[in-house]
Amino acid sequence: MSKALKRCVELDRYDSIIIGAGHNALVCAAYLARSGQRVLVLEAADTPGGLGASREFHPGFHASVAHTISHFPQQIVSDLKLASHGFETSSSALPTVGLSLDKKHVVLQQNSVSGTSADDADAYQNYSRLMRRFAAVLRPFWLRTMPRIGNNSLAEMMTFAHIGLNIRRIGKKDMQEFLRIVSLPARDLMDEYFDNDILKATLSWDGLIGSKLAPRSPNGAVLAILYRMAGESRGVHAIPAGGVNGLIESLCTSATTSGAEIRNATTVSRVLIDRTDNGLKAMGVQLINGEKIQADNIVSATDPQRTFLDLVGVEHLDIGFTNRIRRLRCDGYVAKLHLALNGLPDFNGLERPDGRMIIAPSMDAIEFAFDDAKYGECPNQPVMEIVLPSVHDASLAPDGQHVLSAHVMYVPYRLKEGWTDAARDLICDRAIDTIAQYAPRIREHIIHREFLTPSDLEQNYRVTGGHWHHTEFAMDQLLMMRPTYEAAQYGTPIPGLFLCGAGCHPGGDIMGGAGHNAAREILR
Amino acid sequence: MNTTDPYAGERLKLSPFHPRQQALNIRDAWSAWNGYKFADYYYDAEYEYFCVRNSCGTYDICPMQKYEIRGRDAEVMLNRMVTRDVAKIRLNRVAYCVWCTDEGRMIDDGTIFRLAGDKFMLTCGSPCNAWLEKSAFGFDEVSVTDVTDDLAALSLQGPTSCAVLKNMGLHGIDTAKPFDIMYFPFHGDTLMVSRTGFTGDLGYELWIQPALALELWDELYAAGENYGIQPYGEAATNMARLEAAFIMPAMEFNEALRTVHFEHDQTPFELNLGWMVDFKKPHFSGRRALLKEKQRGSKYTLTKLDIEGNKPAEGSYIYKNKRCTREIGYVTSAMWSPAVKANIALAMIKTEYLQGELWAEIYYEKELRQYSRVARCTRKQKPFWAPPRARATPPPDF
Repeated sequence: MSKALKRCVELDRYDSIIIGAGHNALVCAAYLARSGQRVLVLEAADTPGGLGASREFHPGFHASVAHTISHFPQQIVSDLKLASHGFETSSSALPTVGLSLDKKHVVLQQNSVSGTSADDADAYQNYSRLMRRFAAVLRPFWLRTMPRIGNNSLAEMMTFAHIGLNIRRIGKKDMQEFLRIVSLPARDLMDEYFDNDILKATLSWDGLIGSKLAPRSPNGAVLAILYRMAGESRGVHAIPAGGVNGLIESLCTSATTSGAEIRNATTVSRVLIDRTDNGLKAMGVQLINGEKIQADNIVSATDPQRTFLDLVGVEHLDIGFTNRIRRLRCDGYVAKLHLALNGLPDFNGLERPDGRMIIAPSMDAIEFAFDDAKYGECPNQPVMEIVLPSVHDASLAPDGQHVLSAHVMYVPYRLKEGWTDAARDLICDRAIDTIAQYAPRIREHIIHREFLTPSDLEQNYRVTGGHWHHTEFAMDQLLMMRPTYEAAQYGTPIPGLFLCGAGCHPGGDIMGGAGHNAAREILR
Repeated sequence: MNTTDPYAGERLKLSPFHPRQQALNIRDAWSAWNGYKFADYYYDAEYEYFCVRNSCGTYDICPMQKYEIRGRDAEVMLNRMVTRDVAKIRLNRVAYCVWCTDEGRMIDDGTIFRLAGDKFMLTCGSPCNAWLEKSAFGFDEVSVTDVTDDLAALSLQGPTSCAVLKNMGLHGIDTAKPFDIMYFPFHGDTLMVSRTGFTGDLGYELWIQPALALELWDELYAAGENYGIQPYGEAATNMARLEAAFIMPAMEFNEALRTVHFEHDQTPFELNLGWMVDFKKPHFSGRRALLKEKQRGSKYTLTKLDIEGNKPAEGSYIYKNKRCTREIGYVTSAMWSPAVKANIALAMIKTEYLQGELWAEIYYEKELRQYSRVARCTRKQKPFWAPPRARATPPPDF
């Protein structure tokens, strides 16, 4: 029977069902649908997009949890023809602004830095030259499936060889430096290069945000910086025209135009597993209303713990594997602050708050905020990244009014005394007080405020621990170890069940690599 | 515990039966098992072995690890852990089971008692707390409790064992089939008796709260006085179990979780326990690896050998030829079997060579001189010792 005929016969049968409609799910859906698969995407929320989805948090005011894009690959943009589906690639690059209490802000542009000494500016050139070189070494591998450890196919051996060759090709001196710094704590690297405290803190920010890491922590901060430099923009953050949601919408259009079906407000409660003499096989999903939908492939874009422990159930998994999933570190440390403002706030010493502003006066300030969170407390002096997306996209707020969007670190998922409204208000006040040190009249502008703790993010977005990356972006949970062996090539121990979310290689942020790679493995 | 003793935490624990066993351990031949002071033998290992085979003996299994697993999900949890179908264990029945790593390597063996619909007891030779905790993770309603120190247990094995229990007043015990569990009132409490054991002969295991352990001992020994009852230790157990071709940890298998070197542990198929791996039941840990092994065949096979001559082949290599140029396996346990009157052994042999000739290179000592001999081995399909009385219900009377 031809594939087309078979499809007519089994109208209610899908080739692939994707659980969740975050950006990785949509990327995966679009690739699968383009290849001719019949794809159904099931999203529990009322709109697709996951942490990238735009939400009206106050009448007339919109924001998405992810507020910028820094390394969404051009390859996915062109493969999925996102431009023709409304994605504006000519997005405005945001300068990164390290805010200073005495108005000596440090401004990082694509190739230059201002607000520092000439020595630091020179050092920045050297630093960025090296980091770009190293980012280029790793760039090909973010869109590759990582090889398994042991029992390698020729193709897998080639990937290993390619990584080795790429590292070798940068020359002996740079290779030595690469191997030295790749696991270096951010602090050591910054101290080697720079004097200016704000510059150091601002540059280390991209290695730390989203993770349980501070400048002094070993384990992957530098690698995270290189990961975020993977895209064509080399790590420069941007807000696309139409906002992050513009990307989501273009992904939806690309997927649906290719025939994928997206069903919102549809919560999957179980992955249905068939038992045969030959073993288990994922054969469908069950919704909370009891409805069952069948498909050849079940692709989970939700995080690994939720996928295996909640949707699959441990009774279908081996005990060792289950405990590797159980021990994944998934506690989020980033909260989200949304402010509806009746006007554009003034930031001391800034002409216009149109950049990505980092409030972290020094690496110590970041470290101290982390110290509080490590022990289950909210930081007395939170550090954060602020963007006013409405400055770039007027549709996000009523005329003349604005949205302030801030990632506030470090707010622990597990607050020692448990999350309450009072605890949330307290840290929200502290965050606003901190902003007020730089924008003294901010409180006069606030019409409405919303503070989403990692615990709220978990509730609202169904992501374990409220973790941006679904599970910690750290050495032991990266590459062929992400999320764990036996599930690091997008397939899982259960035939027919795949992962395509941020918990897989290459990882989180609005990146799409996991969705892209998973689709290729499913079609293999 | 005496708090002035600086070694208090290091000293061996004493079993609830210890006062009686100490009096009978006239050779002071003690070793240790799971932190308990434990008799290697009491008077003479061979004598104790002959008691087990010809009258009856008691063996202290208090140091055996015992876990109570209960709750709505207890059955599902255990079923995912062990390779046998736990759902098929009926109420008041016991099943011998093994459990494996994801790679299908054997972690341990033990017995599962179904004490109620949602209540089981698992017993095994080594502590299993960590693996049970991992196995229980993800199930909502299951609790695992280590009851090792809360339950005294004594194994009574041998042809007169049933008669002794009847003599003690356990009416109806002769109706217990192998692997049955029965309950009897005992000093206001309940004595649990299972028709189980580790000797391959007729035998029972008695389970009682520790406070009543000595009462149980005394009544049992009073009832057994004319039935040749005698305590036996580790050495006699090891002889009896080898005749029954039962496997021992650190002899036939190396527990997978304690194995460092690749595949220096074993699989159920290699240990001839493939009959306990049920591919028809719900998913269990190691299933994929074991199915692959079943399809491809096992690297090694535990083999029962009858070896010519009378020199025990302890520690021998097995060769495929008399010239001993091609090594194909190793002996795990060997002895001269008094009951079978044969030179028996268990050996791990590479499966591909099983059908050919098997030769053991045996080293032995005679008055400080070392000798060696190469002896032809014959494979045995059945356990060396399996008397009909071990399975008969009611067992023959004495």
